[in-house]
Amino acid sequence: MGRHKSAVAERPRRNTVLTTHTVGRRRFLTYLVAAPLLTLGTEAVMQATSSSTPASAAVPSPPSPEDVFDIGEALKLAATPTMPLVQLEVGADGIARLQMPRTDMGQGLLTSFTMIIAEELDVPLDRVEVTHADARPELLFNQITAGSAAMRTFYEPIRQMAAIARARMVAAAATRWDVDGASLGTDAGAVIGPGSLTADFGTLSAAAAALDLATSSIRPKDPSEWELVGTPTGRVDARDIITGQKKFVMDHMAGTAKPALVRRPPTIKGAVGEVRNAAQVRAMPGVVGVVPIPTGVAVVADTIEQARQGVNALEVDFGPGPVDGESNATILEGIKQHVQPFAVPPLGAATVEAEFDWAPACHAPLETECAVADVRADRAEIWAGFQAPIVAQQEIALMLGLPQDAVTAHVVAPGGAFGRKCFFEPATEAAQVSQALGMPVRLMWHRTDDMRHGRQRPQNYHRIRATVVGGQVVAYEQRVSAVALEVAPGFGEILTDVATSLPPRAKNTVGEKAYSQTLFLLMVSSPYNLGVYDRTLAEIGNGIPTSAYRSVHCPTTRTCEEIVLDEVAALLDKDPLEYRKECAKDAAAAAVLDEVARLSGWGRSMPEGFAQGVGFHKESKTLTACVVELDGRDPQDPRVTKVTMVVDAGTVINPSGLEAQMEGCIAEAISLTLTAGLHIENGLPLEGSYSNYDWLRMRHYPKDSTVHIMPSTNEDIGGIGEVGITAASGAIANAYATATGIKPRSFPIVFPVDFEPFAPGALPAPNLI
Amino acid sequence: MPSYTIEVNGKNLTVDAPEDMPLLWVLRDMLGITGPKYGCGINVCKACTSLLDGEAVRPCSVKVSTAAGRKVTTIEGLADGEKLHPVQQAWLEQDVPQCGYCQPGQIMNAVALLSRSSDPSDEEIDAIENVCRCGTYPRIRAAIKRAAELQSD
Ligand code: FES
Ligand code: FES
Repeated sequence: MGRHKSAVAERPRRNTVLTTHTVGRRRFLTYLVAAPLLTLGTEAVMQATSSSTPASAAVPSPPSPEDVFDIGEALKLAATPTMPLVQLEVGADGIARLQMPRTDMGQGLLTSFTMIIAEELDVPLDRVEVTHADARPELLFNQITAGSAAMRTFYEPIRQMAAIARARMVAAAATRWDVDGASLGTDAGAVIGPGSLTADFGTLSAAAAALDLATSSIRPKDPSEWELVGTPTGRVDARDIITGQKKFVMDHMAGTAKPALVRRPPTIKGAVGEVRNAAQVRAMPGVVGVVPIPTGVAVVADTIEQARQGVNALEVDFGPGPVDGESNATILEGIKQHVQPFAVPPLGAATVEAEFDWAPACHAPLETECAVADVRADRAEIWAGFQAPIVAQQEIALMLGLPQDAVTAHVVAPGGAFGRKCFFEPATEAAQVSQALGMPVRLMWHRTDDMRHGRQRPQNYHRIRATVVGGQVVAYEQRVSAVALEVAPGFGEILTDVATSLPPRAKNTVGEKAYSQTLFLLMVSSPYNLGVYDRTLAEIGNGIPTSAYRSVHCPTTRTCEEIVLDEVAALLDKDPLEYRKECAKDAAAAAVLDEVARLSGWGRSMPEGFAQGVGFHKESKTLTACVVELDGRDPQDPRVTKVTMVVDAGTVINPSGLEAQMEGCIAEAISLTLTAGLHIENGLPLEGSYSNYDWLRMRHYPKDSTVHIMPSTNEDIGGIGEVGITAASGAIANAYATATGIKPRSFPIVFPVDFEPFAPGALPAPNLI
Repeated sequence: MPSYTIEVNGKNLTVDAPEDMPLLWVLRDMLGITGPKYGCGINVCKACTSLLDGEAVRPCSVKVSTAAGRKVTTIEGLADGEKLHPVQQAWLEQDVPQCGYCQPGQIMNAVALLSRSSDPSDEEIDAIENVCRCGTYPRIRAAIKRAAELQSD
């Protein structure tokens, strides 16, 4: 794909404000620089894409909607109008502060933001403080963390903002010393003048704010001048993490807010009726309250353990839920009914046909669903790992009967999210309980409920046919049918908002489809030329709570395509990696595939029962290619023994962070492809802890694993948080097929119920020593 | 209600708690020591891992009465003031954490492993059961090896 340039147009505006900033008891005079209003040239995106050159050996497919306008582009566009409300402060203490309207769930945003500011402002990393902004409703569509779009959205505005801040420091020093600004430089948070003149930014900040400075010609550094951006940098909160100082959600108000757990129905979304023994439970040791809420019955106590005992002692009349009696098998039968037929293949064509299904999965962040709420008569404060805090603030205020600005929604870095925290049920529940009891509460979901009652990655089914004529794929059809994906509150509004300002082709995609269809079309595209390309999604809502899961539809939909591609290559007697190069739409694909072939020793001979497999993927403008080696001697206990991942993410802010995201994606791929899934039976998942849900452990992550970052060939910022799962999943599935001779069709591949499930409803007790 | 005194991170602390109250909730909910994390409550995820008389235990599954009169070290008590423990130092060098939630437990587990085995083999590292949902396993492995070097210096 051709490189696109964002057309940068800055409207003249006064972009500094004098203010005071309080740190502890000290107040600093600070000045603020607002992010300039940059407009994004979407037409340029369209044109750049349509000029991509098809590979000659394959039958070209027209660009898919994702090729021309992906979800990250939509999110970026929606964020643009309110960008000037995001501000960088430089205090008289010389510290630069920015309240980031995105959520760092482990993907490293705090670090990347900090690096860019330090680079452009020319201050050391430890003089930049980036924190999570509370919900700011005036930001409208510019405070949602999704679609790997955060850096794509903020890269230009932050660079520009920090460059302006630096220019103001220089101008203030020039005025103070009465010299020409052009003769001055900056270093480590100070302006350096002739002779031994230096002035710390802190001493200049008041004067810098009062300046009248034309900023439209100020440009950030050329990437060739970067000293920090592009070099591996440790997480800025690493020291807090490794010393136990980082506060996760349940660590807030630990001394003040009482812990709470919820008794939930024995089936998903079962109806909650009368509590028959509330008084008895209220009298139990340590219990301070029993509160029926729409989703269950909360027990608030002095400790989580006492709440757990209270929850288990409750007798509640639960009623039926929407999927009582359903199981993975019945749900699969149901979604299969909705698959549309294929077109009739031409006479004499060879076809590769396959059916696939993926069990539901749970996000299983290590920190379970939780929130802290302190609801008073006239105001409320909520702490949670919000990915979309503005909608949460709105809806919780409405529920509590408070004006929106009386509710403060604090964004706390959660212990993992993976898409789940676009929804905010625990915050709603905590607010309900706090309001009922008139006291602050820390409400947590037990792990067992987190797995059984939490939102799921929807179960899904695929029927695929590749039609081959004259040694080439002339048509590729994929019918996807799935349990409906619930689109997070606020997300649909964003798509509606951007729909009107889109180029025509993308407008049709966004404007006429259901939101989840839009998400499908804007996220999933084939990186290959496979002739007439026809992929459709049918969704069946059955009441199971679902949510986007890291990389949403790609790891399932595209992994199936990766498997079929290997089967087509076998039919044509071609090497699967070479065949991918032949079919790839993107000119940069060959380099990525060649590199992974070279680094992995692709094609080397493997012992009996072992095999290599390859996968390739493009998402959020980032290309990934992966080769794995797999030990399939026991098909029921396959082990990935080696992974080589090559990634081209365009301009890279923090290579250490990018590598970490790829490692995380490899972990996802190993787990979800081989072992991790939910068995729904009688309307409830059987899995209730990591002893049942087979998420990988240390021994499952190959000791021999490398991530190689391609040198940046363009200035685009590719998404990094979720893009690595699919290539790795495809490589694992393909290696499994070669190693075992078994075509993988049902995922996860190894999926027995080899545990004694916890009884529905009750929360398991520890075996105490 | 019985009363128990435990030496937590070098300080004697006394709590009134039922005999079978899990140590995790004594630490977190009664003493406000939030470094040890909850991930399962049943000795599976190992997120709460802390040291009891120098050995790794899972406080979610240890009775307060078992800990009475003994030394408990949580992640907060590992560094010597500003001076990090070699395992913490190695964790910084390898830039291990992603979300960070499992890391207090991973670090305390590694401290106990290195005190049993000064140069742990890959097999010993493979035996670690602590869940990392973010997938920081390769960096944990590298950090344990680096910590072994730092400790032998
Ligand atoms: S919370 Fe203790 S092992 Fe999981
Ligand atoms: S760093 Fe997130 S769970 Fe390990």
